[in-house]
Amino acid sequence: MARVLLKQVVKAFQDQPVVKGLDLTIPNGSFTVLVGPSGCGKSTTLRMIAGLEEVTDGEIWIGDRKVNDVPPGKRDLAMVFQNYALYPTMNVFENIAFGLQNRGLPRQECKSLVHEIAEVVGLTSYLDRKPSELSGGQRQRVALARAMVKKPQVFLMDEPLSNLDAKLRNQMRVELTSLHKQLGSTFIYVTHDQVEAMTMGDQIVVMNEGRIQQVASPVELYQDPTNLFVAQFIGSPAMNILSWEEEESCLLGFRPEKGRIAATIQPSTEEKGISLRGKVRSREILGAEVLYYVDTRKGQIIVKANHDVELIAEDEDVRLSVAAKDLYFFDEKTGMRVMGQHVHSLPLAGGAV
Amino acid sequence: MWKEIALRRYQSRSQVVPQKSGQLLEKSRPYLYVAPALAFFTLFFFYPIAYMVYLSFYDWSLLDLSAMEWVGLENFHALFTDADFYQVLSNTFVFTVFTVSLGMGIAFFLALWLNHRAKIYGIVQAAIFTPHIISLVSIAMLWLWLMDPQYGLLNAILESFGLPPYSWLADTKSALASLILVSVWKVVGYNTLVFIAGLQSIPKYLYEAAALDRSPAWKTLWKITIPMLSPTLFFLLIINTISSFQVFDTINIMTQGGPVNSTNMLVFYIYEQGMDFYNGGIASAASVVLLLLVALLTLFHFLVLSKKVHYR
Repeated sequence: MARVLLKQVVKAFQDQPVVKGLDLTIPNGSFTVLVGPSGCGKSTTLRMIAGLEEVTDGEIWIGDRKVNDVPPGKRDLAMVFQNYALYPTMNVFENIAFGLQNRGLPRQECKSLVHEIAEVVGLTSYLDRKPSELSGGQRQRVALARAMVKKPQVFLMDEPLSNLDAKLRNQMRVELTSLHKQLGSTFIYVTHDQVEAMTMGDQIVVMNEGRIQQVASPVELYQDPTNLFVAQFIGSPAMNILSWEEEESCLLGFRPEKGRIAATIQPSTEEKGISLRGKVRSREILGAEVLYYVDTRKGQIIVKANHDVELIAEDEDVRLSVAAKDLYFFDEKTGMRVMGQHVHSLPLAGGAV
Repeated sequence: MWKEIALRRYQSRSQVVPQKSGQLLEKSRPYLYVAPALAFFTLFFFYPIAYMVYLSFYDWSLLDLSAMEWVGLENFHALFTDADFYQVLSNTFVFTVFTVSLGMGIAFFLALWLNHRAKIYGIVQAAIFTPHIISLVSIAMLWLWLMDPQYGLLNAILESFGLPPYSWLADTKSALASLILVSVWKVVGYNTLVFIAGLQSIPKYLYEAAALDRSPAWKTLWKITIPMLSPTLFFLLIINTISSFQVFDTINIMTQGGPVNSTNMLVFYIYEQGMDFYNGGIASAASVVLLLLVALLTLFHFLVLSKKVHYR
């Protein structure tokens, strides 16, 4: 178990910076998820921690050791690759045992460790099969077993679930989190899927364009995004963002599930907040919830409503309202969250039409 | 175009099937499709091979084809009681073993070295490959000059180091080795190119996984690179073995099988027997031996080695 520390880490490919000065502490025993759109530098960051990519500038520490010049095999970590990277010419046993043999473990000990781990991941009856004879889920387990058997301080996972079908992915998600609890090692997990990030991580690092946008727990990230990017990246459907005339260069946002929709054009007068008139353009029934795409004077807005409220037909005129406590404000230029004064001095009820 | 063909085929089938005479056509259809290729192979492969076997039972010569005489296995008997033929066989084996092992071994390490995507490596690759596209006759002439005892470049180099000149092709001890050198020089470029193609198809992530598994370089080579390259190795082994067995041009131009039969090999021996000594029967019998040897060797490769080949 070890803490991983990144100090001003930079990575450039042919003078093109991909990771731009990362400062990050990954606490010992945490399940940290690096999440962001493709090309944001999350995989590159993981590969730098693994030692598969050289650091252009800055320092990486694992435990109390600076590892910039330590080869991957000696960093005491294990990695699960997106495509599993199993050795196709070796059978499952050899795949799992390879790393142990290279550490000079006696043959007998190697064998018992492999059998032990195969038991854990349910591969015992597949030990003499080649990877090509296994299903996607089984290959995933081999990759996990290969990582686990080395008992590393740090587990690195690069989108390990993205090649599985939806059902298996949900199952593996649960298994990975319970595995983390069981082992207590530090997990660093890269994904572009915010659902994966939110459900698995206890610390989430949102990245964009080679920079960290926010480091926080899932709940904090959702309720308290520091900027426009995080607000829109986390949550599905994304946060609604509107321009707001009352304040220059300020944007206003609210989560689709916080919007209330009513088939009446009468303004609501219960509490402070905003209220908008619009027309339902289309709707998607997701089972327990309904998504309404509402055209308003300020553009299209998505509202997520419960099914138990009566369904509103398409093309119907509606009134949208959002309570003041559910509103977020952002600086139009910097995209940073603006806290404080706006929320308190909201003169908006029924204001906007 | 394919769509049209498929459509026409479908239409013709639906018209033909119900009729009785059409059923015959339907059954013979696959044979009709392979008939042209079969005719070609029969005419140019199976017939000549069969005719060669037939000729090996006769005493005949190109001088007078009407005077053919049935001798049964006499030609084979003569062949296998001739000490020269054993030397020819041994020369052929030695030549094949060394040309194949050196040609593939050197190419393998060159490929490992050249397997990078930089301009300079591309230039070196092209340079190494060039011998492959030059005619063997030109190569033989070139090396004949290089190995010339008096004016040759090789002896000039030896001399510049103060070493005595060497009679490369004129010495029975070194003539075969000199021929092996020329053949290896020619074949290395092609082998290297095929090896590089093979190496580049090995996914990079396997090496990354190996690095994380703390695999030392030799073990990565032995446990990952070579098994992943096994189809390429197998392909080159068969191609190289067959072409080494059939070496002719270099011998014909550089040594004529000499000195004292020391570089004579199967194909040149066949040529010599048939064209120079007018022993058509012996030449045919030797050809049958060559055919059987190559067939057996290839069979061995497929039966024994192909199990070790990993196909993706």
